[in-house]
Amino acid sequence: MELHLTLIFNGIATGMLIFLLAAGLSLIFGLMSVLNFAHGALFMFGAYAGTYVYILLGGWAGGWSIFYFGLGLLAAAVIGIILGFIVERTTIRQVYGDHLRQILVTTGVMLVVMELVRVFWGSNVIQVGRPQVLDGRTEMMNVLFGHYRLFIIAFGVIVLVGMLIMLKKSKIGLVVRAGVENKEMVQALGINVRRVFTFVFIFGTTLACIGGFLWGPYQGQINPNMGMDLMLIAFIVVAIGGMGSVGGSAVAAILVGLSEAYMAYFFPPGALAVNMLIMAVVLLVKPTGLLGATR
Amino acid sequence: MLKVNQLQTYIEQFHILQGVEFEVPEGQVTVILGRNGAGKTTTMRSIMGLTPAKSGEILFQGKNIMALPPYVTAKKGIGYVPEDQDIFGTLTVEENMRVAMRKEDKATLERQEWILSLFPDLKAAWKRKGGNLSGGQKQMLSIGRALVNETPLLLIDEPSKGLAPIMVKKVMEALQIIKNDTTVLLVEQNFMMASRIGDYFYILDEGRTVYQGEMEQLRKDEELRKKYLGIS
Repeated sequence: MELHLTLIFNGIATGMLIFLLAAGLSLIFGLMSVLNFAHGALFMFGAYAGTYVYILLGGWAGGWSIFYFGLGLLAAAVIGIILGFIVERTTIRQVYGDHLRQILVTTGVMLVVMELVRVFWGSNVIQVGRPQVLDGRTEMMNVLFGHYRLFIIAFGVIVLVGMLIMLKKSKIGLVVRAGVENKEMVQALGINVRRVFTFVFIFGTTLACIGGFLWGPYQGQINPNMGMDLMLIAFIVVAIGGMGSVGGSAVAAILVGLSEAYMAYFFPPGALAVNMLIMAVVLLVKPTGLLGATR
Repeated sequence: MLKVNQLQTYIEQFHILQGVEFEVPEGQVTVILGRNGAGKTTTMRSIMGLTPAKSGEILFQGKNIMALPPYVTAKKGIGYVPEDQDIFGTLTVEENMRVAMRKEDKATLERQEWILSLFPDLKAAWKRKGGNLSGGQKQMLSIGRALVNETPLLLIDEPSKGLAPIMVKKVMEALQIIKNDTTVLLVEQNFMMASRIGDYFYILDEGRTVYQGEMEQLRKDEELRKKYLGIS
């Protein structure tokens, strides 16, 4: 029982981080029909930018402070906004509606971002500590609950609820949901869908950068390949959850997180294969994904 | 209100509109008729900028709107009801209306009330998702959505298509009221409906305007109907 509670807890925490990466990817693909292969690299860049601020200031202050962790999170978010705006305006905007060019261009962006990270911060792994107040564990029912994992779960839930409220209640949220279904009709109603695209791309990139920053203390390190490693998982989550569905991404991310936790314990080499199998079964039963809209 | 001159539109390599011309006077219902594949829907889409025309002229209230993106055309006051209604299926009726609202001021909310009085079925289905509506309710919602902002000109593409006769009657009754304060350009295959609502007609054939006249003339002229529309 304790083992299962531990694995479920770990799986949900991992799932929440994957959700931060996949939610943006899902919205970008669902609304804009853009296959963004650079999303993982942007996740990694956010990790480096935020961690740089966290370590630099923390180093001066002499410890892993929650205050500097907060500043690192803020830095990752700001970098996400800036990067999202630049990438959408300079590259993505030129290739709307052309999937082949999207793959080429976003792969190019991915390579450039990865090289930039190597130039600025080198190719070596950078160790990242958890802020002291989030570094402990609490024991309940003979299970140790890591504070940082609890923080990640709480953060993910807040982001998920915030996104769902935004999509349900705000005008921009309604436009995004309508646009995921039928972009053309949204335009015919007098809405500049390109402006909505820019907003969604910036939002998705910012989420990825925040997720990247939070990933560092979770794994204890960051490296230039971390985005690539998680991209495949993120695509699987988007396919399982349904393109453009935030709720679907959350459910699928937790499902994948749980499968990762269980497989890491029982049979680590089979983790990816099990996720692929889940995706194949879901797509066979429901080709639009668990919560994807039928077009 | 709307004047279309020598409209030429291609879809990929196919030359669909080969010189469509017509005029929509203010306060009237102008009907575009023609067999399947004549270019009626493409004409509507070209006016909206959804299938941009290659050449020609589209004048709305005296200004050329041909090169404009669809959202700008819509903002100028042209409402569009597409052939397949294009309701947002995962959004409720209320949300579909809200997406269309450019402002949520008193005037717009009053227009929404007026639309709901026109289509009481929509009020009854207010919290229901668009995808769960009947064909007739979808058509009502599509028309309501297009009218919720100030809309001097309404383009409606085949509003009777696929509807049960009772729904066709309801939609037709609503259009009779709408035409009192909105200029309408109607594409319709159902001649009975078109002839009851329309004031003036144009017939398209193979992407060209081939005939025009008062609707009364077409009602009386069986030969003309047979020749261009294949109906008697």
